[in-house]
Parts: sequence; C-alpha cells; structure tokens
Amino acid sequence: MATVDTAVETPVDPDTRLSAKLLRFLGRTPVHIVLVLLAIFWLIPTTGLFITSLLTPSDAAQGGWWTFVTKPSTWTLDNYANMFDNEGITHALWVTVLVTIGATILPILVAALAAYALAWIEFPGRDWLFLLVVGLLLVPIQMALIPIFRLYNDLNLFDTIPGLILFHSAFALPFAIFLLRNFFVGIPRDLMEAARIDGASEWRLFFKVVLPLGLPAIASLAIFQVLFVWNDLLVGLVLSQQNQPIAPAIAGQLRQFGSNLDVLAPASFFSAIIPLTIFALFQRYFVQGLLAGSVK
Amino acid sequence: MSSTGVRVEFPAGEAPPPPPRQSAFRRALLPLSFLGPALLLLFVWVVYPMVATMYRSLFNDRGTEFVWFDNYEQIFTEERLQTALKNNALWVLIVPAAVTAVGLLFAVLTERIVWSTAFKISVFMPLAISLFAVGVIWRIMYQQDPDRGAINAGIAAIKGEFGSEGVLTRASPSTDALDGSTSQGFVLKQPMSAGDVAPLGLTAIRVPEIPEDAVQAVEPEPLRGGITGVVWRDFSPRGGTTGKVDPDEVGIPGATVELRDADGKKVEDAKTENDGTFEFKRVRDGEYRVAISSGTFAEPFQGVNWLGDKLITPAIMFAFVWVNAGFAMVITAAGLASIPRDTLEAARTDGASEWQVFRRITIPLLAPVLTVVFVTQIIGVLKLFDLILSIAPGSSQDDAATLAFVQWQVSFSGQNRFGLGSAIATFILILFIPFLIVNIRRFRADTT
Repeated sequence: MATVDTAVETPVDPDTRLSAKLLRFLGRTPVHIVLVLLAIFWLIPTTGLFITSLLTPSDAAQGGWWTFVTKPSTWTLDNYANMFDNEGITHALWVTVLVTIGATILPILVAALAAYALAWIEFPGRDWLFLLVVGLLLVPIQMALIPIFRLYNDLNLFDTIPGLILFHSAFALPFAIFLLRNFFVGIPRDLMEAARIDGASEWRLFFKVVLPLGLPAIASLAIFQVLFVWNDLLVGLVLSQQNQPIAPAIAGQLRQFGSNLDVLAPASFFSAIIPLTIFALFQRYFVQGLLAGSVK
Repeated sequence: MSSTGVRVEFPAGEAPPPPPRQSAFRRALLPLSFLGPALLLLFVWVVYPMVATMYRSLFNDRGTEFVWFDNYEQIFTEERLQTALKNNALWVLIVPAAVTAVGLLFAVLTERIVWSTAFKISVFMPLAISLFAVGVIWRIMYQQDPDRGAINAGIAAIKGEFGSEGVLTRASPSTDALDGSTSQGFVLKQPMSAGDVAPLGLTAIRVPEIPEDAVQAVEPEPLRGGITGVVWRDFSPRGGTTGKVDPDEVGIPGATVELRDADGKKVEDAKTENDGTFEFKRVRDGEYRVAISSGTFAEPFQGVNWLGDKLITPAIMFAFVWVNAGFAMVITAAGLASIPRDTLEAARTDGASEWQVFRRITIPLLAPVLTVVFVTQIIGVLKLFDLILSIAPGSSQDDAATLAFVQWQVSFSGQNRFGLGSAIATFILILFIPFLIVNIRRFRADTT
C-alpha cells in the first residue's frame, strides 16, 4: 500500500523526496549517537591501559586512570625507561622478535612449497593429502604440548628459540597450506602451461610465477602469523623458561596485580604496540585474510 | 632440500617436450621435494604428538600403568574439572551466540554510515592485541574499588545520579537524646507533640559529604499546632555546646525527617531546608516521635566484585565478546555487502517493511556467513586459555577454569599429571570432531 503511494508521488513532487531525505537523515541521528557511544566504549579499556602505563606508582595510587586523562603533565615515560633497563623484559622482547620472524618466514615458505605441489603437480593421493591437511586444521595445540615438552627435553630443544619456532611453524602449516593452495589453484592454467612450454622447471615456475602471484595471500598469511606468534602465551609458557617471549615472561607478574601496575601496564601496552602497528599498516590484508579462511 | 635431482631444463627454443619419461622414483621425487619439509614438520610436531597424547591418555599420571579410561572418568568426577565442564558448557551456549549477534548488529548499524571505517577500526582493534594484554586491560577495568576500576566508577556515577537520595554515608548522634543507626535512622527519644521543637544533632560527618548548599543552622521557632525542628552538624571547630545550635554549625539540607505515631508508624515526612530546619504544619493532638529516616544515609558503594568467584566467568565472557565482536562484524559486513541490492529493493517495492526485509531476506541470505562466525567462535571458546590465566586472580581461577585451562594447570603448573592432561587434550579434540567432519565435507565438495 505505502509503496504504491510513494511510487506515484515521488516523481510528482521532488520536495517530498528532499524532506523525506532530511527526515531519514534525522531519523538516523540516534544510530549515529549509538555508534559514537559504542566506539567510545570499545576504546576505553585500551586507553585505560595506555594511561595507566604513563603514571608513576604514586600518582596511580591517588585515583583511577581516568582522572589523569585531562592532566597530561602527570604523564611520564619513566615506566617505559625502567622497562628497558630491566634485562628480563628486554631479553623477552628480543626472544619474541626472533621467534616471530622465524615462525613467520619458515612456515610460509614450507607451506608455499607444499601448496604448490598440491595445486599444480600431479601425483597419486594428492587429494587425500590435502584432505589430511584440512583435517589437521582443527587439531588444538593442547594435543601436542605434553609429547613435545618431553621430546624437547630429550633433544635439548626445550627453552630454545628454534624449539619455539619449529612448534609454531608446524601448527601454522595446515592453515597456511590450505589458504595458499586455494589461492594457487586460482592462477590461470594458461599461464602455467605457457611457462611450462617455455621450458621452465617446476622450481622456476614456483619462484618466478607462483610466488609473486601469491604475494597478496602470503601477505595476509604473514600478518596473521606475526600476530599469532607475537601474541602467544601458552606455547611460550610450556616450552621455555629462561628464554621466554614477552607474554609468558610477564605472566608471572600477574600474581602481585595492583602493586606492580607500573611494570605490568607498560610491558603489556608495549607488547601490544607491534601488533597494533602491523594491524594499522596492513589492515586491508588482515581483513582479506580473515575473509579468505575464517576456519583457524 | 634437494633441488638438483629434479631440475629438468630444456634448452630454449626446443619443441615442447612430451611428458618426460621418468622412473617412478624420479616422478615421486618432484612432489616429495616440494612436500617434504611440510610433511616432516607436520609429522613430528602435529601427527606424532597427537597419537602419542591419545596413547598417553590411557596411562596413569606417571606413565607406569595402563589404566584404560580412568583419566577420562576423572574428567567427569574431579571437582575442578566438573566446574570446567560446566563453564565450558556456559561458554559454548552464551558466547558464540553473543559474539555473532553483536557482530550482526554492528554490521547492520554501520551499513550506509559515512564514518563506518572509523567505527570498524575501533571495534576491530582489540583483535590485534594479545589475549594476555587484553587480560591486563580488563583487570584494570574490573578493579573493585570504584576509585580505581572504571566499571565500578561508572556504576557509582550512575548510582549517584539516579539512585538513592542519601545525602550522607556516615553520621552519629551528637548526644544520647537520639537513638538508632544510619541503617535504621535516628529517633529522638523524647516524645514530641504540637508546639515542640526537635533538635536533631549529628556528628562524625565526613566534611566532603556536607552538601554544598548547607548554611548556618537555625533553631526554628515553635509552631502552633505543628512540630518544627532542625537537623544540623552539631560540631563546631571552635567548640560550642553539644545539643545546641552554635554559630559555625551548618544545617544538613535534604535530610528526610519522619513523624511517627505512638506505634512507630510513619505519619508524615519532610525534607530539611538549607539551614537544616523542617516543619510538620498540622499535627493532631497526641505524642509523636521524630526521626531522621535511614533514607538520608546511603551505604557507600563498595564496588562490584567482578573478579570474585561468583562473577568471574561472566566478566571474562564480556572481555571475550569485546575482543571478538570486531571479527564477527567484519565478516558479517562483507556478507551484507555481497547481498544483491535488487533482491532487497524488490522486497521493499512489494511492500515489505524494513524489519520484514531484514528478518525474511537479509538473515536467510546471511546464514552461511553467520554460521562461519558462530562455528569459529565455538572453536575459539573451546580452546580458551589465555584470558582465564590473565583475568582471573589466583583466588578465583578454579571458578573461572575451562578445560583448556585445567589441561595446562594439571600438566604444567608443577603438577605433572600427564595422564589426565593427555585425556583432557584428547577430550577437547573429540569435541572438535563434528566441526572436522563438516570442514572435510565442505572441502571435498569444493575440490571435486
């Protein structure tokens, strides 16, 4: 009924359309307000950590962090300076950097090779192998912790950076292979055939054609993996002791929560800066990766 | 990696080769050299440990005795694991649905909003932060003292704005002419009747709580046929007489005074003026009691104990939704964007209301996307570990525990119960099997 009316009226009287537009805009004002409030609500907790990390212990004892938001003169980087003087924490950050770099490059390279074979090299049992990889996607790391913990003790890999890199790499593989294989399959067959006819070896094909074409997928994957490894707590907690990455290294501080916020808050915020920066810089790839395979 | 053995190069310009004749070994070598590193890593770090964990789960904690399914029985009988099972059930029932719903809501709200990108970034950002740091963030938010924890500060502010009308939190009678406490109110022992003046002196008032509009207290004149009185701070820095209104003593404005009959029943009430005075104009004959009602005194807000044993699980769930809403929103928004506009417009032209369009067309078309979000969240919830460790204080860890948390706790926090730990891990894997089957079916359909 209503639509019939509007359908008849709109062409006749353009003013109605204008006022309708205006009304609709005004009608959406509550939506804008709600969204602004929600956005603020979503930002408050992280802001709280940030402000807390800038307060001296004596200031922090005087009141909630929100009372200092309007007093930037009370903010200080002292806590961060102290953090960088703390050898335990700088070592942990260094370990985190090394593990993250290793556990990002290694699995992506290995997965790309495997994905290439699964996509473009004919061999018996190929589909079954891919199915196995898909099956392994869902294996929780809890399934591996106990045997690997013991294996690492025997192999002297416990508490080592290679130990952490290998563990993270292996558990990154199913998702990485899955994602890259699906991406590589989409490369036009003609292109591959042409390169083969020109006499390119499989290796050449892989490095000169497939890998460059796969860069967008590899970028998404790399971002995911950096965030995943950087943010890991459980693996570091179980498989390292002296050479712990940052999250497990400061986890022990939680026990005296409250009295040591000048240590905990800057370390937590600093550990979040790297992933936040990466997220901010490569947001597009991040979202694409999410959309490509939200199965992990 | 041995690449030399497989390199088959042809001189440029030569005719395209027929499939090269190779021995079976060489044919296998090519895929193997590509797949080898992946297979090695997967076998040593994923497949072998998986089998080992299943096998280990059938042995006792020290690994010396084969105990069949005793460890699995333990999952259902040990108290802390029963709590964990109950918590996991709650998590699965509540959280994936909540995350999906919030994501859908945000995606719909931001559709056709100019600044939606800014909104999306704000909501999406927590996803980049480690769950450990998220835990620290929320522990700061959840602190119980309203002067430290932002959530309790917010509640205190709202309470102060709309809630109880108490003017003071603490006070005591200045003389023993008054009886009672802040929770029951203070009653003047002396019965009153028309024409009397009731002095209601209070002390032990915290200075910051004295209302700003309070002025010098005044002892009111008696009123014919009525009862008057004053509620005041019976304390002067310069001394003065207790029980008497002295200079420099302020009235307490806004206090509620009750007139009670002989049975102690309230007859009437009145609010005090800025100078602390009040009056009941027409009072019938008889004896009455005058009292400062307990409503004058608000219990100071102590803060909700979010991290205590009762609320810890909802508190962690809330933080989890805070993190994952952005994920759900982005996926759902992409789904929304891919719905053909024509379909929606057609429905609108046919006279469907916005709600009908949403309910009958948008939601069914979004169903596959919502399912992906929902399932991802179930899997995430079943593996949840970091947030429990970082938000729950030691005292309520057992109340917050999930299976994945207990798995770590019994295996690695010094308990070395590897049999039970293996059984819990296997149990989590078993919970994943339905999703595994769905995944495999989907991808088989995709590949063929």
